[in-house]
Amino acid sequence: MALLSKKDTNLITDPLADNNPITIQVLGICSALAITAELKASLVMAISVMFVLGAGNVVISLMRNIIPSKIRIIVQLIVVATLVIIVDQVLKAYAYELSKTLAVFVGLIITNCIIMGRFEAFALANGPWRSFLDGIGNSLGYGVILVIVGFFRELLGSGTLFGYPVFGDPIMKTGLYSTGYENNGFMIIPPAALIVVGIIIWVQRSRNPALVEEN
Amino acid sequence: MSLKSKLHELKLKYQGKKMAPAFNAFHTFLFSPDETTHAGGTHVKSADDLKRTMNTVIMALVPVLIFSMFNAGYQHYSAINGFPVDFSLMNDFLTWDNFWIGIIKVLPLVVVSYGVGLLVEFIFAVIKGHEVEEGYLVTGMLVPLIVPIDTPLWMLSVAVVFGVVIGKEVFGGTGMNILNPALTIRAFLFFAYPTWMSGDKVWVYGARERSEEILAGANVDAISGETILGFLAQNKGAEMTYSVSDMFFGFIPGSVGETSAFLILLGGLFLIFTKIASWRIMLSAVIGSLVMGLIFNQVVEFGWITESSKFYGLMSFDFWKHLIVGGLAFGIVYMATDPVTGSQTNKGKWYYGFFIGFISVMIRVFNPAYPEGVFLAILLMNVFAPTIDHYVVRGNIKNRMNRLKNATIYPKDSDSKAEELKAETV
Repeated sequence: MALLSKKDTNLITDPLADNNPITIQVLGICSALAITAELKASLVMAISVMFVLGAGNVVISLMRNIIPSKIRIIVQLIVVATLVIIVDQVLKAYAYELSKTLAVFVGLIITNCIIMGRFEAFALANGPWRSFLDGIGNSLGYGVILVIVGFFRELLGSGTLFGYPVFGDPIMKTGLYSTGYENNGFMIIPPAALIVVGIIIWVQRSRNPALVEEN
Repeated sequence: MSLKSKLHELKLKYQGKKMAPAFNAFHTFLFSPDETTHAGGTHVKSADDLKRTMNTVIMALVPVLIFSMFNAGYQHYSAINGFPVDFSLMNDFLTWDNFWIGIIKVLPLVVVSYGVGLLVEFIFAVIKGHEVEEGYLVTGMLVPLIVPIDTPLWMLSVAVVFGVVIGKEVFGGTGMNILNPALTIRAFLFFAYPTWMSGDKVWVYGARERSEEILAGANVDAISGETILGFLAQNKGAEMTYSVSDMFFGFIPGSVGETSAFLILLGGLFLIFTKIASWRIMLSAVIGSLVMGLIFNQVVEFGWITESSKFYGLMSFDFWKHLIVGGLAFGIVYMATDPVTGSQTNKGKWYYGFFIGFISVMIRVFNPAYPEGVFLAILLMNVFAPTIDHYVVRGNIKNRMNRLKNATIYPKDSDSKAEELKAETV
């Protein structure tokens, strides 16, 4: 018997492509724009969201039968806030420089629409194991887009990947820069992320026309 | 057999093939097609289709392009040898030496702009299986005229691909774009490679190399080639040696084609005469910039701002001179009047144009790091154009509703004929 049933596998694989939280549901765009100028920050953000969403989904799912529906949003907020503070403290303790780069955006995971969306749409109606898988799947889908955007923005904008110079030194004019190539300053600013996300959406929908919305 | 009929035969041969759109693009460039619409129904019969419109704009741009080729050389040699003391048009400006610099510096920009842009258009046309759209004919000519002369060609190519794909094709091609593609390309260049797009080393051919030589210790006696707005932004207006006629006729450094207000004015009149561009937009943009300029002049007049202020140079600049320096004239005549991205309603055009002029001068004064805001102002108003139109149309509907409310409607209720009709319909 496989580790996961087919239905459970879909919980993880669907959000990666055809039900991606960013490109299809268009949630969590704000953080995708804000922190993707560097690949490292994107990756840490993706992992943080994975922790918050995975754990949060389990907690909400366990409590789903005792939360009064009138105050469920407040309960959800408290759960997210607790988890986000844990992430924030861990980052400050073990990766201080990085936590300064991510700055307020770790705190703003609380407002990430994907998290509240999954709590509402899935965790409140499913058991803890399935909720956990759903949380992991959605945060993976979110993370994939973040990493793709971060890859292109860091590569084209700063000429580096994870801080490692790929194209040579822009000031000493070595490597690719000796041919006259220059870093594209446009990729550093947040609007570029919007355009990169847009291109991903474009490519995805032209490969699979079933995803195109009617309007 | 005439060229026209030969082309027509070729067209029939290629019909239905994958490359048909590519061929058709050239077919109607010179001649109107042989086919006519079927009989019956109503059709507009007119010679000035989109291609003719675009050709007319290009005709209006050709003098500017030729002037800019001479100016490229003139600025280059003036930077090395100093400005000629007794300026004579034939001996100092319209020389082969000057023109040669234009050929080696300006022409490649034009070729790359058209080559890359049309390639993208053709690829999209072949993939989507529609006709090649004419939109790039004008854009391709505008782009080389609004960039600094030393722009590396690969940067231009990247920007053109970006501008055509993201600025136009993603919205559905020519006629559907929100932003002017030429200005999208300019804005992309500005934000992506700011060191090549601003400062005092980019406006004259070779200024960058010369400044590097000077830094390296070479004894080169050269003028840097700062633009007039650049001088003013640094409060160095007094060091400027350009006369008003220099500014008007365009013997000044600047983006390739923007310098000659005189030729741009002629081009603008030509476009108004041929009814291609809207005179409302041009006039209101001129008024807008004059109003903003006057306001700034008054601020200086009242002594609210002193010479120590960093805005003094540009604020005290005579309001009407804003029109003859920098890219304002070029932007108003060739960019703001783009029929796709501008306002469509007559009343809307007045607002649209006015704010372009108004905001352009405002950005000029308040943005000393890059004292030219025409392209930003036009892009901003491009975004607002549909909103302006929306409110103009709404206002018109409201007016007519009011008129309807106060109008006497015939036949009156007492009309016996009307009663009969009413009875019949009910």
